[in-house]
Amino acid sequence: MAEPVVIAENLTKVYKMGEVEVHALRGLSLQIFKGEVVSIMGPSGSGKSTLMNILGCLDHPTSGRYILDGEEVSHLRDDQLAEIRNRKVGFIFQSFNLLGRQTALANVELPLRYAGITSGRKERARQSLIAVGLENRLYHKPTELSGGQQQRVAIARALVNNPAIIMADEPTGNLDSKVGQEIMDLLLSLNRERGTTLIIVTHDPKIAAQTQRVIRIRDGVVDETPVADRASMEAA
Amino acid sequence: MSLFQAFIEALESLNSNKLRSGLTILGIVIGVAAVIAMLAIGRGAQDSITGAISGIGTNLLFVFSGNEQANLRNIRPLTIQDAEAIGDPFLAPHVAAVAPFIQSGNVIVAAGGEQTRTSLGGVTPTYFQVRNFRVAEGEEINQEHLLGRASVALLGVEVAEKLFGRREGLVGETIRIEGQPFRVIGVMEEKGGSSFGSQDDVVLIPMTTARTRIIRRSTINRVDLILVQAVSARDVPQAAEEVAAILRERHRTEVGADDFTILSQQDFLQTVDTILGVFTTFLGGIAAISLLVGGIGIMNIMLVSVSERTREIGLRKALGARKRDILIQFLTESSLLSLIGGLIGILLGWLIAYIVGQVAAATGNAFTPAVGLDAILLATITSTVIGLFFGIYPANRAANLEPVEALRYE
Ligand SMILES: Nc1ncnc2c1ncn2[C@@H]1O[C@H](COP(=O)(O)OP(=O)(O)OP(=O)(O)O)[C@@H](O)[C@H]1O
Ligand SMILES: [Mg+2]
Repeated sequence: MAEPVVIAENLTKVYKMGEVEVHALRGLSLQIFKGEVVSIMGPSGSGKSTLMNILGCLDHPTSGRYILDGEEVSHLRDDQLAEIRNRKVGFIFQSFNLLGRQTALANVELPLRYAGITSGRKERARQSLIAVGLENRLYHKPTELSGGQQQRVAIARALVNNPAIIMADEPTGNLDSKVGQEIMDLLLSLNRERGTTLIIVTHDPKIAAQTQRVIRIRDGVVDETPVADRASMEAA
Repeated sequence: MSLFQAFIEALESLNSNKLRSGLTILGIVIGVAAVIAMLAIGRGAQDSITGAISGIGTNLLFVFSGNEQANLRNIRPLTIQDAEAIGDPFLAPHVAAVAPFIQSGNVIVAAGGEQTRTSLGGVTPTYFQVRNFRVAEGEEINQEHLLGRASVALLGVEVAEKLFGRREGLVGETIRIEGQPFRVIGVMEEKGGSSFGSQDDVVLIPMTTARTRIIRRSTINRVDLILVQAVSARDVPQAAEEVAAILRERHRTEVGADDFTILSQQDFLQTVDTILGVFTTFLGGIAAISLLVGGIGIMNIMLVSVSERTREIGLRKALGARKRDILIQFLTESSLLSLIGGLIGILLGWLIAYIVGQVAAATGNAFTPAVGLDAILLATITSTVIGLFFGIYPANRAANLEPVEALRYE
């Protein structure tokens, strides 16, 4: 059995809005294994993004334990979380989130800068862009790229630090289905070639069908844990 | 992220919003330009005035009638006899020379078809020693001229140029002062302009002649000013004491109610320093206010920039930026903004000082504004510090944004 990259135990998240408390997560537990491609589905407001924020170390859970890549991170300070994000997590957003003033290359370089890497940054960023098929767009700015190309830049950026896990919150949500499928193909090929662990939040059953395991979330807890899928993954 | 990268990114960011950056730094530009120009002009003026005061002569005391400090009803004018008494080596051993002087600031002088208005001085032979005046041609006014009330005149070069169109070969010419004929006995060496106006726009005649024929005074022996030269710089205070004692005795003044004033060149210099100090403080205050306003402008625009870039900040945090990185990014931006304003301000201030210098030269009050290295350093450091200081609050706000909230921000 592959070792787990993500171990979440009894995660809760409560948002306080004045008097009202919103329980976005209510004791959610899950494990995700190295090299796995997992999709997270669930109705709107079920807590998918909240979960992704916690798994991506962008936010603290209200309670519960979270171990990422063998490291307990639930109680780390903000700056320590920043470092974990930088080294272990790659983010892909629905709205790409590229810096508009910067070239594709500079955008991809950004995580390396925050990692304090001083030499060979450009080359690594270039390799990463080549891996997503953008070797001809190194010096384009986001406004000079199509939506699909922008998302490829974002993927190159997520890859560049060789993270343990890539988290994508509705990565195809802003793209038409054809381009969305291209992005999905790219992500799957990266998983095949590099063994990158992928967690993809999606509303699209066609996208979910291409992943090895679907985690369904309802009202802040996992709906069911399909053990059978784990067996099929081991076989793969 | 290294400081150098932060610097490059800040430049890029400011550059992407040139107009806004430009307008933001105006306050700093104006404040710094004011400081630089003010210091340069003040220093130039000080040098020039100091030079002018020293140029009057050496180790001088100026004695005139009246006393601003005391409220006096019965003021006796200074007279020739007062001057003679001061000149007595037994009464005033520390006095080297005495030159009484009467003056009219505005007389009509004519020669041939030309006519001009100038200032007229009635002098004694010692005047030339005391004031360091030399003639370029001809002779000085001497004792014979004085005793004979001779109708002779010495011309300043400016008057000579105006009347004759030249400054040489004028000895023996005739001029008319207030309609009365005078023979030119010489032309004085050029003195050059000073902060007090041209010293070459003047005609000197014997004091006796002036008193009887041109400048009529209520008291016949009255003089406007007595110039006293001390034996040496060290003797100036003692000479002043002696002069005061003589005048008190002669004017029978009550204790503490002198009806005359004695100022040394040192006193004048101090007065100039005081006036320039007030001027500097005043303009310095204006500059400080402008810098403050400029700083607040920077803070304002940085706050706008932080909220505009909330998503960007969220993204940077998601990619691994720590609080410190964001803080440095925005502080670099604000201090760079301010520093650029400061540098432009230095150039502008320099330009202003230069133009003021040119205008002064054109109007005959030559002085050279001096932009010192200290002023440049001061302005550079001050503007950077202002940017840092007023950037702290916005930068802190940016650094403390929650990444999740920031990423969701529209
Ligand atoms: N910052 C917040 N403050 C208060 N409540 C919040 C906040 N963020 C999320 N919530 C609430 O938590 C619940 C879960 O939100 P979440 O964004 O995780 O849903 P989701 O599954 O991602 O939905 P969607 O599919 O629409 O993106 C919702 O009820 C939402 O209103
Ligand atoms: Mg969501």
